[in-house]
Amino acid sequence: MSGQALGLAVSVFLACAVEAVEAVTIVLAVGTTRSWRSALIGCGVAVIVLAATTAILGPRLTSLPIDTLRLFVGGLLLVFGLQWLRKAILRGAGLKAQHDEEEIYREEAAAAVAAGPRHQGLDGYAFTIAFKGVLLEGLEVVFIALTFGANQNRVGLAAAAAAAAVLLVTVAGVAVRAPLAKVPENAMKFGVGVMLTSFGIFWGAEGAGASWPGGDAALLVLVPAVLAFSLGLVRIFRASVPERPVMEAVEA
Amino acid sequence: MNRLGAAAAGIWEFVAGDDWVTAAGVVLALGLTAAVSEETSAWFVMPLAVALLLALSIWRAARSDRHD
Repeated sequence: MSGQALGLAVSVFLACAVEAVEAVTIVLAVGTTRSWRSALIGCGVAVIVLAATTAILGPRLTSLPIDTLRLFVGGLLLVFGLQWLRKAILRGAGLKAQHDEEEIYREEAAAAVAAGPRHQGLDGYAFTIAFKGVLLEGLEVVFIALTFGANQNRVGLAAAAAAAAVLLVTVAGVAVRAPLAKVPENAMKFGVGVMLTSFGIFWGAEGAGASWPGGDAALLVLVPAVLAFSLGLVRIFRASVPERPVMEAVEA
Repeated sequence: MNRLGAAAAGIWEFVAGDDWVTAAGVVLALGLTAAVSEETSAWFVMPLAVALLLALSIWRAARSDRHD
C-alpha cells in the first residue's frame, strides 16, 4: 500500500469513527428514552439517504478532469480540515470545552424526555432526531471519503475504511449500550484535521498548477510540518490562557 | 422561498462552518497559487497561506473568548 493510500485509509477511518461515535450517542439517547424502533428507523433512513448521495456524487466526481478534481478536492479538504484543526487546537489550548460524549448523551436524553409524551407507533421525535443526527454526522464523512477516494481513484478503499469504522463503532455501541466516552475523540479529531489539511494543501496546490519538489514525497514533509505547526499553536495559545474552569457548552 | 433559504443556509453552514473568513481565504489562496504558477513553481503559496489562515483563525477565536 502506497503512502497516499495509507493516508487515505487512516484519515477516512478516523474521521468516520469519530462521526460514528457522535451519531451512536444521539441514537442511544433517543432510543433509550423514547423508542428504539423509531430511532433505528430514523437511523436506517439516514443511511439510505447517505448511500444514495454517495451513489449519485461518486461517479460524477471520478469523471472530472484530474486537475479540476484536485483543485476541488484540495479546496474542500482544506475547508473541512481547517475547521477540524481549528476546533482541535482551541480544545488543546483550553479555549473550548473538550468533547464529552457522556455530557452530550445527558443533554440529548434530557431534551428527549422534555419533548413530551411518546406517540404510539412511530415516535416522530425519536425518528427525526436519530435521522438528523446520523445524516449530519454522516454527510461530512461521505464528502471526505468520496473526495479522498475519487482523487486517488480508490473509492473502494475509502468505502471499505468508512464501513470498517462504522461497523466497529456500532458493534462497540451495541455491546456497551452507553456513550463511547473512552474513545479518544479529541486526539482523533486533531489527527484527522492534520491529515485533511496536509492532503488539502498538497492536492489544492497541484490542482491550481503548482508542482511539488520531490513529487508525492513532499507529503512526508507536509504532514509532520502541519502537525508541528498545530502543536506549536496549541502551546502558544495555552500559555496565554489564564487558569480557569472551562464552562462553555460542549459542541460537536 | 423559505425552504430554499433554509437549504442555502444549511449548505453554507456545512461548508463554511463557523469561520467563513478561513473558507474565503482558502479560495483566495488557491487563486493566488494559480496566478503565481504562471510565472514560477508556486508550491510554497498554499503552506504559507494555510499557516497564516490557521493562526489568524485561532487568534480571532482567542480574542473573542477573552472579550466574552
